[in-house]
Amino acid sequence: MKSLRSVSQVLVNNSTIVLFIAVFVVFGLSSPLFFQPDSVINNIIKASAYTGITAVGITFVLLTGGIDLSLGSNMYLSSVIAGLLMRNQHIGVVPALIVAMLVGMIYGYLNAMCVVRLKIIPFMVTLATLVIGRGIGTALTESKQIDFPIEMGQFGQTPVFGLPMPVIVFVIVAIIGYVVLTRMPIGRQIYAVGNDPEAAKKAGINTDRVITFVYVFSGFCAGLAGFILISQLTRLDRSFAEGREFDAIAASVLGGTSLFGGIGTVPGAVIGALLTQMVSAGLIFNNVNLYLQPMVSSVIIFIAVLFDSLRTATQERLKRRFIRPLEPEKTKT
Amino acid sequence: MPVLETHDLKKAFFGIPAVRGVSITAEAGQILGLIGQNGAGKSTLMNMLGGVVQADSGEMHLNGKRYTPQSPADAHKSQVAFIHQELNLFTNMTIAENIFIDDFPSFGFGPFKFVDWRIVREKTRTVLNEVGLNIAPDTTVDRISPGERQLVEIARALYMNASLIIFDEPTTSLTARETDNLFALMQRLRESGKAIIYISHILRDVQTLSDSIAVMRDGQLVTQEPVESFNIQRMISLMVGRNIDNLFPARTTTPTETPLLTLEGISAAGIVENVSFTLHKNEVLGVFGLMGSGRTELARILFGLDSFERGTITVDGKQLHHASPKESIRHHIAFVTENRREEGLLMNINISDNIALASLNDFGSIPLQAIDQERLETASQHMAGVLQLRSGDIRTQTVKALSGGNQQKVVIAKWLLSNPKVFIMDEPTRGIDVGAKFEIYSIIDQLAASGSGVLFISSELEELVGMCDRIVVMSRGEIFGEFLRGDFTEEAILHAAFHQERVEVPDEKPA
Repeated sequence: MKSLRSVSQVLVNNSTIVLFIAVFVVFGLSSPLFFQPDSVINNIIKASAYTGITAVGITFVLLTGGIDLSLGSNMYLSSVIAGLLMRNQHIGVVPALIVAMLVGMIYGYLNAMCVVRLKIIPFMVTLATLVIGRGIGTALTESKQIDFPIEMGQFGQTPVFGLPMPVIVFVIVAIIGYVVLTRMPIGRQIYAVGNDPEAAKKAGINTDRVITFVYVFSGFCAGLAGFILISQLTRLDRSFAEGREFDAIAASVLGGTSLFGGIGTVPGAVIGALLTQMVSAGLIFNNVNLYLQPMVSSVIIFIAVLFDSLRTATQERLKRRFIRPLEPEKTKT
Repeated sequence: MPVLETHDLKKAFFGIPAVRGVSITAEAGQILGLIGQNGAGKSTLMNMLGGVVQADSGEMHLNGKRYTPQSPADAHKSQVAFIHQELNLFTNMTIAENIFIDDFPSFGFGPFKFVDWRIVREKTRTVLNEVGLNIAPDTTVDRISPGERQLVEIARALYMNASLIIFDEPTTSLTARETDNLFALMQRLRESGKAIIYISHILRDVQTLSDSIAVMRDGQLVTQEPVESFNIQRMISLMVGRNIDNLFPARTTTPTETPLLTLEGISAAGIVENVSFTLHKNEVLGVFGLMGSGRTELARILFGLDSFERGTITVDGKQLHHASPKESIRHHIAFVTENRREEGLLMNINISDNIALASLNDFGSIPLQAIDQERLETASQHMAGVLQLRSGDIRTQTVKALSGGNQQKVVIAKWLLSNPKVFIMDEPTRGIDVGAKFEIYSIIDQLAASGSGVLFISSELEELVGMCDRIVVMSRGEIFGEFLRGDFTEEAILHAAFHQERVEVPDEKPA
C-alpha cells in the first residue's frame, strides 16, 4: 500500500517524462517505422529543433515572470534582414547568420528597455512589438517572398558529426541555456527575480540587468531559430513563423515552467518541445485523420498540464502542517 | 568612534514628511533599541540606512566615512545588513543560493562567470554553524520554518561581514524557543563587536536586550538614552506623547446566555481533536495557545477554509452543513486573519474597495447588479469614520501605504460592513504599536457591546487576560482548560497550554 503510494507519487512528480515515454512507446508499437533511429532524429528531434531553441529562450523570460509574445515576429524580422542582405549585398551565410542573431538580440533589447525603463508590463510590450516587428518586415519586403541563394540550402543540409545541422544547434543552445541557468550567477539571479522581484532588489541584485539579459537571450534564440528554419526552407514569406511564440510557451510550460516565474528548467523545456513534436509526428505515422490531429495533440498536452497541476496540488497538501499525530498507531517515535 | 551616525536626516513622501531631522548613533558592540508607534518614521529611517530609499537631506556617516547608499546593493557593499520584518528569501532556491545570491564566489573571466559551488557550500556551512543552524546548505528555503529562515537571513549578514545589522521586528513569526535562540545569537553578535539596531513593539524585549534606546514619534527622535533610564511606562509615554494609564479599555458589558456559535466535537485528523465550546452574545471568548497549538487551524476550520471530519458547527441556532467562506459570510461570521498582508487585504487596491470587498453584493443596483460606486464609497467612508481610520482619500490611497494599525482597521471595517454576529479575530494586534492596540481593544469591546460575539485568538496571554470574559486553552489541537474572568491566573493558563509537554516529561518525582 505504502509502496504503491510512493510509486504513484514518483509518477505524478515526473509526469512529463512519464507521458513522454508512454507516448513514445505507444506510437512506436503501433507504427514500427516510428522507432527507426533515422525517423527519431529527423521527424522528432530535427523537427522540434526550432520550437526547442525558442522554448529554451522563452524559458528564461518566463522564469522572471515575464513573457515574450514577439518571438515569432522576431524570427521573421531577423530572417528578413539577413535575407535582404544576402540577396542585395551578397553577404555570405555565416555573416548573415551573425546578422540574424544580432537583429534578434537588438529586438530583445528593445523589448527589455520598454519593460525596464518605461515600466510597461511585458505582455503589452511584446504584444506591441509583435505587430511592429512584422510590420517592419512586411514594409521592407513589400510583402514579397524572399528566395535565398543556393548556399543557404547547402548550409542547412550539411550534416555535422553525422547529425542534421538544426539538431546540433538545438543541442548547443540547450547546453548553453542549461549551463547559464544552473552554473552562472546571473542564471541563479533569474530564479530569484522570478520568485520575488522586490526581495531581489533588496538582496542587492541588479534586477534591471537580469531582466534585460533574459529578453536579449530570448531574442538571440529567436533570431537563431528563424535563420536555421530558413536554411531548411530557403525561402521566406509574409506569414513566416507566425504564432511560433505559442509553440515555445506551450513547450516550456509542458516542461514544468511556471508562468508566474521562478520555476522551470532547460531540460524541461527540451522535453516539452520533443513531446509536442513527437505527438504530431506520431499521429501522422499512425494515419490519424489530418483534421483530427490538432485536437488529439491538444488533448495530450492538456493531460500533461493537468498532471502538472495535480502535482502542485498534492505538494501543497503535503505542506499542510500537522499538529498532532494522525492516528496513534501511525505515530513515529 | 560610533559605527553609524546620522545627522538631521529628512525624508518626505509626496510632500508629507515621514522623517523630520533625525540624528542617532549606533556604537560597535552595542544594541540600539529603536521604538515608536507605527507611522513614527522608524521604517523610513531604516530604509534610508539600508539604501531602500534615499534621504532628502541630512548626512550619514559609517565608520567615520560619509555614507550615501543609492540602493540596497550599495548598503551591502558598505557592510550594512538589513533584516526586514517580512523575510526576503527566495523560497524556490536553496539556503546556500539565498546567502550568496548577489555575490556568488565564482571563477572565469569577463562576463563568463561560473559559480564555484564547492566554495559556496563550504562557506554556507561555516556561517550556518555560526548562527547555530544545522541544516544542509542545499535545502530549499520553502522546506524550513520561519525561525530557520530568519537565521538564514542573519547568516547572510554574517557572510557579508556586516558591521551594522538592522533587525526590523525579527520575532513576529517566531516561536518562543526560536525567539530565545535569536536573542542569544544577537548577544553573541554584539560581543563580537557588531553594531545592532533592533526595532520591536515588544518593549520588554527591547528593555532586556538593548544597551541604549532611541524613541521616535511623528518622524522625530524624542530621545536616545542608555537603557537604564527607561522603564516600560516611560517608553510608552514617550512613544505616545502622553501618559497611558491603562493598556486595556474597561469592558462595558457582560455576556448573556444566548449562544451565537456552538462547536461540538470538531475533529480533523492530524489537526484538531474533539473541540467543543460555545460563544455567547456580548461575549469576548479568548482562545489561548502557543505556536503550533492549532488555534489558527481551528479558526480556518470554523470559517470554512479547511475541512473537518466529525462534529457540528451551529451559528445562531442554524447548523452549518457545507462549510465554506461564502456560507460563513452568509451566516454573518467574520474572520480577521492572522496574516493581514497576505490573507486580509488587497495591498495594491484602494482603501474603499478593500472595505467593501466582503459585502460587494449589497452594493449592486437594479437591474444589472452593477456596483453603485457612490453608495459603496459612502458606506466605506462611514466605516472609516467609525473606526477613526487615519488615511488620505480612501478612494485613491492604497492599503499598502497605511501603517499596520490602520491596515488592521481596514480589515475590521471590511467585516463590520457585512454585519457580523460572530467575529473571529486571529492575532488582531500582531505587529501593531501600543496606541493602535488600545484602539483595536476598544473596537473589540464595542463589538461585544453591540451584541456580537468575539472569538479572540492570541498568543499574548496578557491581552487575553485584559480583554476576555472567558479563555479556553488549546494545546496540540485539543482544548485543555477553560477559565472565567475572575479566575484568570497566568500560571494556571500557561500550565494548561503546556499540558501535553508536561505529560511527556517523566520527571514529576524528586530526583
